Amino acid sequence: MSFLGIAAITLVVIILFQISKAGEILGELGGEKESVDANNRFQANMFLGVLVFGLIGIVWSAVHYSPMFLPEASSEHGVGIQNMYFWTLVSIVPIFFLTQILLFGFSYFYRKDDRKTSFFFPESNKLELIWSLIPAVVMVLLVTGGLRQWLKITGPIPEERLEETLTIEATAQQFKWDIRYSGKDRKLGPRANRKMTAENPWGQDWSDPANQDDFIPTEIYLPVNKPVMVKINSLDVLHSFYLPHFKVKMDAVPGIPTQFWFIPTKTTAQMQLELDNPEFVYELACAELCGKAHFNMRKEVYVVEQDEFDAWAAEQESLYSKFVKPAKSAEADTQEQENEKNEKEEGIKKTVSSL
Amino acid sequence: MASTDINIDAHAGHDHHDDHHHEHETNFFTKYIFSQDHKMISRQFLITGIIWAIIGVAFSVLFRLQLGWPDETFPIFETLLGKWGEGGKLNPEFYYALVTMHGTIMVFFVLTAGLSGTFSNLLIPLQIGARDMASPFMNMLSYWFFFLAGVVMFASLFVQTGPASGGWTAYPPLSALPSAASGSGLGMTLWLTSMSLFIVSSLLGGLNYVATVLNMRTKGMTMMRMPLTIWAFFFTAVLGVLSFPVLLSACILLIFDRHFGTAFYLSDIFINGEILTNSAGQIIEGGSPILFQHLFWFLGHPEVYIVILPAMGMVSHILATNAKKPIFGYHAMVYSIMAITILGFLVWAHHMFVSGMNPFVGSVFTLFTLLIAVPSAVKVFNWITTLWRGNINFTPAMMFSIGFVSLFISGGLTGIVLGNPALDIGYHDTYYVIAHFHIVMAMAAGYGMFAGIYHWFPKMFGGRMMNDNLAYIHFWVTFIGSYCIFWPMHYLGEAGVPRRYFSFAEFQFANGFEDLNVFISVASIVVFFAQFLFVINFFVSIFNGKKMKGLNPWGSNSLEWTTPADAGHGNWPGKIPEVYRWPYDFGKDGYEYIPQTVPDKDLKPITSSERLPSR
Repeated sequence: MSFLGIAAITLVVIILFQISKAGEILGELGGEKESVDANNRFQANMFLGVLVFGLIGIVWSAVHYSPMFLPEASSEHGVGIQNMYFWTLVSIVPIFFLTQILLFGFSYFYRKDDRKTSFFFPESNKLELIWSLIPAVVMVLLVTGGLRQWLKITGPIPEERLEETLTIEATAQQFKWDIRYSGKDRKLGPRANRKMTAENPWGQDWSDPANQDDFIPTEIYLPVNKPVMVKINSLDVLHSFYLPHFKVKMDAVPGIPTQFWFIPTKTTAQMQLELDNPEFVYELACAELCGKAHFNMRKEVYVVEQDEFDAWAAEQESLYSKFVKPAKSAEADTQEQENEKNEKEEGIKKTVSSL
Repeated sequence: MASTDINIDAHAGHDHHDDHHHEHETNFFTKYIFSQDHKMISRQFLITGIIWAIIGVAFSVLFRLQLGWPDETFPIFETLLGKWGEGGKLNPEFYYALVTMHGTIMVFFVLTAGLSGTFSNLLIPLQIGARDMASPFMNMLSYWFFFLAGVVMFASLFVQTGPASGGWTAYPPLSALPSAASGSGLGMTLWLTSMSLFIVSSLLGGLNYVATVLNMRTKGMTMMRMPLTIWAFFFTAVLGVLSFPVLLSACILLIFDRHFGTAFYLSDIFINGEILTNSAGQIIEGGSPILFQHLFWFLGHPEVYIVILPAMGMVSHILATNAKKPIFGYHAMVYSIMAITILGFLVWAHHMFVSGMNPFVGSVFTLFTLLIAVPSAVKVFNWITTLWRGNINFTPAMMFSIGFVSLFISGGLTGIVLGNPALDIGYHDTYYVIAHFHIVMAMAAGYGMFAGIYHWFPKMFGGRMMNDNLAYIHFWVTFIGSYCIFWPMHYLGEAGVPRRYFSFAEFQFANGFEDLNVFISVASIVVFFAQFLFVINFFVSIFNGKKMKGLNPWGSNSLEWTTPADAGHGNWPGKIPEVYRWPYDFGKDGYEYIPQTVPDKDLKPITSSERLPSR
């Protein structure tokens, strides 16, 4: 193997050496000026050829791969974002084609001609003004459009929809997501990292009844067409709560709670039909480098009708019943035994004292 | 050192050199190693930069092997990486180390030190008409701090727990907690040490460049007669001097959080089954990871302009020289460099739209980010107009300069998409971003570096030229190949595929791109090997390159071509030339080119009947 490798490298070096000499020799044969002219013609032709094939390649590949792009967004704001992107492309794609064509076109047309001289054209304030103002105007339009969307997306949930908003808490850690639901009382109970123990793995404050119906399921279920407020936090390092199909992304920052709200508009079943893919499932991923298994923080997301969501929620076991009740009943048993023992002792004492 | 030293003593420029005699006595060490001559220092920066480029790009080939063929075993992993590549499989921890090191090496060691360090050093004194830099001693120190930074970074590759692996952006808490990632142990300590030394090197260089440009221009060289290369290097140095110290402060605070129990970036962390406490048993709280991001990107954004501006300056100069036409809109080019510099300080948080910072703050940054597109657009239009009705000679440097403009257009336009925060929600931390910054940095800035090397090689290496044939093959394979690598990444980004993923198999939405990833990986291997055409050409030409005929092989107007081929210390053996015009009189009054040193009175008028027709 290594002999072949050495032989290959030697061959390559010899070829390179010959190539490097070839130009010199041709130059000496045909004359310096002729070889310069020949080279200029060749490079100019290459620019033209690469321009044509390059643009064709770009258009073809974009068309070929576009079915694999994310489909129409499954959230209200996501559709707005895609619309904004369409208009952004309308602004920049023509510029791309125009400037690349002029760049390579001029290179081709204005390759050196010894019978001519270049046109001395150092400046034109008019041109500078035109091509400063037009981009400036386009940028202002893009900025105002973009900011209008951004402030809506990062602003509060509209008043009239607060009532039906589902609030969930997404906690990231190396290397998984846990999504806590608020249960029937629609209130997430208070918790703290510093209260986390083996018996109380989420550090919940059990004295607050709001905690007693909270549950953490294995998949995320969301009711369609209802606002979801995701309260995002992290236990250890930076992560990022990323739902690609809903155009949702917000970093999970240890020590600083963040949030993102959105309204899912297409059920999983609907997507499976639309994409003609019965295996399709929405996914939650991490989008901020968080260590060696950053690429593997996955959870499945199911968007369903309200009644299916309610049924699913009713089936979930609360953290309280998982961790506190068994402990409490074990405690209660020992407490009962203690009480019985005390009563016996008291009884004996009374009996003795009465003797 | 004023510009009036030209008329008398050829050695006047040596006043501030303590140890220099009239006879220029130097020994091997003071000539080649601890040289204070700006030309030698520029060669040191360049060769060190080329070595780091080979290492940095090799790392990318290694991780592209993983991404292209995730199920294969590659013996090279075990050979090169030992326990990190056991059984021919790349350990994910080391994948992240490779990605981190690749970014760090390429951005800082290659595209900052290797680009600015080389060309600011080479060209500032030569093009403004100075004997050397304002402080040759500080200049020498700037190289040796860079060298030292490199030694420390290189050492970090070999430590037991692995080199830094939290991304070149080094965000805490991942980079602050050794228990969060193997590379956040000793590897990260060495990374921070190396970066601190590197920042010192950059500051020493930058201060020198600013002082030299402002104070040491020769007679007649007004600011508005400086080549655009100098304007670019000048503002690059201003950017560096004002922003690198902030990165240093970010690193120092991180060192404190890592080793001295502080909480600048850390708060309420639960890791390894317990809440993080300091040595006194107190819970570490109150810090903000977002603070690091602000401090990092306050440098990080100007840094990308530090990378691109020198390339822009050189491309402007080379396009004009080879099209034999003035750079179009010289004043507009200067003002746009100025505007990019100023605005460059006001856009950093566009890297942080979804970091959890106040969204309103994000809005302010959006405005400035889209504004900065305007001077960039002006530059592109001016470059294209420079070619219009020119008479173009396709030297290798010219090829790379034209390629630069193409890449800057492609990469710059996607910057407009990413600068919009609503759109950024979808694209942040996906391959769309990787496509954008590689096209502008790896490609455009890298091409500027190649253009500069091919063009100014005779100035660096005693009048020798690099071989043209190898150069043209190098250009075309690199140009076509690098578009093949990075253009498809836009499609991955459109599919929402996240960056910094060791594998795409775990997610349905990231599946299905196996063929495309193979294509990208194959292209990256081809482009990597094509660079050896350049490397071999470079090193062999130093000793064997054809010597240039005359002093000015490219028909350039700027001062550097008026020194002898083997210019020694002090550059001009006699008086420093005086300057009478700007550097872009090409095709004027019938002259193909008019050097800056030629006064009008020395020009023989060419009658209109004698003149060639213009294009």
